[in-house]
Amino acid sequence: MLLAVLLGFAGALAAPLVHRAARRFTGWVMALLPLGLLAYLASLLPRVVRGETVTASAAWVPSLGVQISLYVDGLSLLFAMLITGIGALVMIYAGGYLKGHPLLGRFYLYITLFMASMLGLVTSGNLLALFIFWELTSISSYLLIGWKHEEEKARKAALMALLVTGGGGLALLAGLVLVGIAAGSFELAAVLAGGSLAGHALYAPALALVLLGAFTKSAQFPFHFWLPEAMAAPAPVSTYLHSATMVKAGVFLLARLFPVLGGTPVWTAALVAVGGVTMVIGAALAVQQTDLKRVLAYTTVAALGALVLLIGIGTPGALKAAMLYLLGHALYKAAMFMAAGSVDHETGVRDLPLLGGLRRAMPLTAAATVVAGLSNAGIPPLVGFLAKEYIYDATLGGPLPLLITAAAFAANVLVAVAAGMVAYYPFFGRPVETPQHPHEAPPSMLIGPLLLAALGLAAGLLPAVVSGYVLTPAVSAITGAAGQAVVKYPTTLTTVLALSIATIALSLVGVAAYRRVARGLALANPGEAFGPARLYRAALDGLLWLADRLTALIQSGYLRVYLGVVIVTFGVVVGGTLLARVPAGSLFEGWQDIRFHEALLLGLMLGGLVMAVLSRSRLAAVVGLSVVGYSTAMIFVLFSAPDLAMTQFAIETLTVILFVLVIYRLPRFSDLTTRLEKARDALIALAAGAIMTVLALVVIAEPGASRLAGYFIENSLPLAKGRNIVNVILVDFRGMDTLGEITVLAAAAIGVYALMRLRPREHPDEDQTAQAAERPQVEEEQAVVQEVGQ
Amino acid sequence: MRSLILSTAARYLLPLLMLFSLFVLVRGHNEPGGGFVGGLVAAAAFALYVIANGVEPARQVLWARPATLMGAGLALALISGLVGLAIGRPFMTALWGTAEIPAVGKPGTPLLFDVGVYLVVLGVVMKIMFSLAAEE
Repeated sequence: MLLAVLLGFAGALAAPLVHRAARRFTGWVMALLPLGLLAYLASLLPRVVRGETVTASAAWVPSLGVQISLYVDGLSLLFAMLITGIGALVMIYAGGYLKGHPLLGRFYLYITLFMASMLGLVTSGNLLALFIFWELTSISSYLLIGWKHEEEKARKAALMALLVTGGGGLALLAGLVLVGIAAGSFELAAVLAGGSLAGHALYAPALALVLLGAFTKSAQFPFHFWLPEAMAAPAPVSTYLHSATMVKAGVFLLARLFPVLGGTPVWTAALVAVGGVTMVIGAALAVQQTDLKRVLAYTTVAALGALVLLIGIGTPGALKAAMLYLLGHALYKAAMFMAAGSVDHETGVRDLPLLGGLRRAMPLTAAATVVAGLSNAGIPPLVGFLAKEYIYDATLGGPLPLLITAAAFAANVLVAVAAGMVAYYPFFGRPVETPQHPHEAPPSMLIGPLLLAALGLAAGLLPAVVSGYVLTPAVSAITGAAGQAVVKYPTTLTTVLALSIATIALSLVGVAAYRRVARGLALANPGEAFGPARLYRAALDGLLWLADRLTALIQSGYLRVYLGVVIVTFGVVVGGTLLARVPAGSLFEGWQDIRFHEALLLGLMLGGLVMAVLSRSRLAAVVGLSVVGYSTAMIFVLFSAPDLAMTQFAIETLTVILFVLVIYRLPRFSDLTTRLEKARDALIALAAGAIMTVLALVVIAEPGASRLAGYFIENSLPLAKGRNIVNVILVDFRGMDTLGEITVLAAAAIGVYALMRLRPREHPDEDQTAQAAERPQVEEEQAVVQEVGQ
Repeated sequence: MRSLILSTAARYLLPLLMLFSLFVLVRGHNEPGGGFVGGLVAAAAFALYVIANGVEPARQVLWARPATLMGAGLALALISGLVGLAIGRPFMTALWGTAEIPAVGKPGTPLLFDVGVYLVVLGVVMKIMFSLAAEE
């Protein structure tokens, strides 16, 4: 089973290669992966229906207690089958929708990556692994929304979705960690077995953080604004991520953690309030839109709100309604999104006033949309009708029955009107001239909407099958208690049925007079521009402004300032510690042992130093410094460290050469520093030198501070088969450090190259040929960057 | 300003110094030396050549582009670590052959690693040197 999830990631990586081989048929070939997974998941169905939980696990990061473990029960399986089933149809659909797109292989990479991540999310048996998959879905969503990356709108929408869901993801991580601490385990099976955490001290923060994560992901008010913007993505992406699967991840999480966090008054209040508000606002905004995809996006927001509301109510009846609605919504909304994409694809527009009478040109698309739309509007005998029945049933049995039922009623009417707008106006009425002459969509773009619409009908006709195979396992998985969740058609006139009939009647009126209704709402509602999206933009602008200021403040661009800050900080921290901890006087014992030739070398170094500081010629200063360097090398020789001495000589020589090369380019030396600044710099330098000296003396005075030296001396030959201990340490004992160091070295060389060669040109004309000549080198650098990255 | 003497001397010193740098490299495990010093000696040899003959001739004498050297060095060092991983031991486990080579001793992954260090150091210094010394 682990293999099944990981196979998705392998499939994602293989997608571009598949595209290279399959070309026109990539969609059909790539659909085999989700189809195979679907078949595999279906084979688990009998076991799950019997009430079993299918699990598997393998160690991933044992030191952190992170396992890749899978946990598949009725809830996971419902989601997993939706993900793979709709995934297969979306893959096929995308092959037609994006036909001939030059980057189609990359598209399949992203969308398969998403599918694998989403599958991992719903089947994960470990909270931390679940979080990682959660983030992977956010990232693949970012890549897919920004698919048309040459459009600024798409880039902004992608960033918005990433920031909102990514911010929520951070909260979720913290929340899941708290849940894990409170429950004593990150393994889902153990966490769920532990039961409710309601009495735990960490319950309140854990709940708040998890809810934040779930609400941002599932586009709940006030975070709903990213979802309509995400419609900048191509239709297959909107279908798959932003209606059928990813946005339901938050709902999934709430359902998953229901036994642990749910059922308390806080839980009910938060979910009912947020879900209810989201449901009404989403529905109200939906009917004000004219863009087909935005209409659908807002109805999705409304549906997500309803799902959260139902899970908030939390009675078995409400959970049953939630699962039924989830299934029904996934089926009809995916069909409608695909159909809307087909309309856009075939006509070139997706604005309601610009469309009409397409039923003759696109009869099959029209049929699929109408059936799905009827399901959306809640007309029997489609699954949407049943879902609406049980939603009313749940709200009447929940808290504040009158208010919540009224809200649900209003939202249902508005959603039904929106469904009517999408399913009726583009296809019926007078044909309207469109930018492209409309044709029926190709088979690859028909199979999805038709199949999903038909499934919606089938689910509505066979409530017993849906109850037995989908709802009962899913609901008992959420509550953790075995039980039957049965849905059936009403046989007598109940309050619920009366409400349904009223909904249908009112929405028919609404569809007929939709333009007037929309205008009325537009007047009553402040609309999108003043919503939380405005706050988001202001926050983003503010952040950029702050970053600007901060950068200007701390990044002066002068090396000397950076060095000064580093040295002074070091001096204060280390110097302060030394003063506080080390007794003075004891350090300077043994100075009588200094020999004459050692003192001579010291004198030489001091002389070089004075020369370097006082000289008015840069070359002389460099020579002075190199005197210091070579003298250091001599000290290494005297204290029998030939390796260090060799290296120091070589380094010193090369440094001088490099210095000379730089000096050659600098302007003439001139003294621009004031006396006061010089005094300050001298003070800093002397203090830093003094601290280093004392530090070295302290280290030496500490007897036996290093047990490592002895270890290296003893083990160099037997363990590492080398007599040169220095080299053995470098390439063997501490080889990992060396690997890091040479990587840094390479990065530094690239930095130098960039500083020298890639600065802004002052004379663009005469440098064009030079730039052309340099291009191969730039590519060469990129190759290295990639190498380093590996 | 070109000095004929220096230029001629550099031409003969370059191979000698390169040979010496390789010697320093391979003896490193048992005697003073190693990849880092070896790389620096080689770089110094080329630096001498740059000073004597200029950047372009030096570029031509250097058998590969500096970036290639850096990349190849890093790759070699990484591979030497992966060898251990490939046979189920921890990353960077040192593995040794059995054959004895004069002056080198037994060859093993640490030597490969050292060659990687050598190439990176040479590549880095040459990259910086070429960047700084290139005539505009």
